[in-house]
Amino acid sequence: MLQSIPLEYYLIISAVIFIIGSIGVITRRNAIIIFMSIELMLNAVNLTLVSFSSFLGDVSGQIFVFFVMSVAAAEAAIGLAIILALFRSKQTIYVDEVNLLKW
Amino acid sequence: MPEIIWTIIEASIKALAVVGGIQLMAALNVYLERKISAFAQNRIGPNRVGPFGTLQPFADVFKLFLKEDIVPKNADKFFHSLAPVLSLSIAIAVWAVIPFSSYVDIGDRRIYMGIAPDINVGLLFILAMTSVGVYGITLAGWSSNNKYSLLGGLRSSAQMISYELSMGLSLIGIVLITGSLSLNDIVNHQLAWDGWRWNIFLQPVGFVIFLITAFAETNRAPFDLPEAEPELVGGFNTEYSGMKFGMFFLAEYANMTTSSVLIVLFYLGGWALPVPAETLGLKDGSIALAAAHFLVFFIKVLMLLFFFIWVRWSIPRFRYDQLMNLGWKILLPISLLNVLLTALGVLYLK
Amino acid sequence: MTLSVVLFAVLSILAIASALVTITSKHPIRSAMGLVFHFFMLAGLYLTLSAQFIAALQVLVYAGAIMVLVIFVIMLLNLGDEEKLKYKVNPRQVIGIFLGAALLVMLGTIYVTNVSVAGFNKEIAANIGTAQFLGNELYTKYIFPVEAIGILLTAAIVGAIVLAKRKLN
Repeated sequence: MLQSIPLEYYLIISAVIFIIGSIGVITRRNAIIIFMSIELMLNAVNLTLVSFSSFLGDVSGQIFVFFVMSVAAAEAAIGLAIILALFRSKQTIYVDEVNLLKW
Repeated sequence: MPEIIWTIIEASIKALAVVGGIQLMAALNVYLERKISAFAQNRIGPNRVGPFGTLQPFADVFKLFLKEDIVPKNADKFFHSLAPVLSLSIAIAVWAVIPFSSYVDIGDRRIYMGIAPDINVGLLFILAMTSVGVYGITLAGWSSNNKYSLLGGLRSSAQMISYELSMGLSLIGIVLITGSLSLNDIVNHQLAWDGWRWNIFLQPVGFVIFLITAFAETNRAPFDLPEAEPELVGGFNTEYSGMKFGMFFLAEYANMTTSSVLIVLFYLGGWALPVPAETLGLKDGSIALAAAHFLVFFIKVLMLLFFFIWVRWSIPRFRYDQLMNLGWKILLPISLLNVLLTALGVLYLK
Repeated sequence: MTLSVVLFAVLSILAIASALVTITSKHPIRSAMGLVFHFFMLAGLYLTLSAQFIAALQVLVYAGAIMVLVIFVIMLLNLGDEEKLKYKVNPRQVIGIFLGAALLVMLGTIYVTNVSVAGFNKEIAANIGTAQFLGNELYTKYIFPVEAIGILLTAAIVGAIVLAKRKLN
């Protein structure tokens, strides 16, 4: 019932999501939105991995997604802690206002 | 495809029954809560609408329907309306994988009592839905543009994140013993030993942890800090009125029912009859046996609901730091230890 | 056949739309909710690929844990709408969109021309998507990466506490 969708469609969707994420990283100023755009890119890659894994009948793609998710969780904890520390010292989370190496 | 059409019809009937059942259970909960709290405080409680006040919850709902729906001027209109819908729909969505009795054979078709109880990621689905359930409350707190609501929403998300961990870890013990993530398998595993291999006997520590975290995840007293009325006016639902408030109310009671049902399924033997079915002369797959199973299950759920209400009217609310200490410094280490011991037990005894 | 095509189309269009909401909305909470919705749609796409365990994990980890944390931080910092920059045309945006479009064309051509795999076999895919199969693989063949991830997560917890804690004095 579900065979009718070719692999290319999944890959194109994932490419589009990846590009949306990368545009978000480049254009936004708010550190939290940049962080969320990075999550978008990670998820686009996950979609590629899962679709290859299902189409090739090979489990390692899904194992990889599992690791990507763990790394994303670690990244969320650290990234948000950095954003909190940044806000505490500079009272801003706009990345273009954080332009001093030392304060 | 006639098979898929039958499947869709079956699923729709079950879904309607489940959604209707949840609403009725919520009404029952409201009535029980008011009666038991009245009893605990030496009052009479509702006794005007219907015999012994049994129609009181319906009167309450009609009252809420007729109330004016107020949206604060500076609130975020979209999320303010979305939040209660989200709360209620997620509370109902959990029921997609919950079984409430065994199966019935009609012709050559085996019908499980539950929408999709034998899906093999059922337990993960439940954990996912309980962790997503926090969005309704958090968004309600944020979108109302009110400091009390915001504090309630913040408290709720912190509390949910903290207690979700111990909840998940306590369930790992059960997964280790059962070897399956499907709720049907978890209950069937407890049917051995003439229906007495309940997980509460194999996992007493896990049971206590799950019970405590279930109180915390449903925001029930003594963990009702998100809506602590002496400190936060009404907490996250301060700015809600009319049926939007009613939906939060329904979601809370639906969550309470869900938690009781989950405790029964995971730890208290599910629908296990106290005596073997053969001695009662009931056949596997017959409607009578399914009904008997459902009855046993329902009585257990009612007793747990009573327990939930009893605790609410007996134990005072935690302070915020006590809540966090309990979650992170006591429950989490104990549940980790429980997982370790269970794993050793499964490895060497099974 | 048509059912699965409709399902795929709806899921993917909603996924792309919510991704766009994430990067275009002014208020971070709206972005975050767009992303949560996006994660649900991706979980749906994983289900069409018969990867049920990954779909459940997607909702559990991303929507249930990471995004709750993000929303918690946004609410804690009490952020408002992102203000506009002083100048009208932001060169970074122009360059970003241009680069993005170029990357899309590149990836698109590679994917459409160079990928050729055997068709989707539902039985095999459904078998490898189960928790049991993945668990077996994880704890036998991939045991070392699992341990490494455990160490990484511990380090992340310690790091987050050190970073977020106020100075004691």
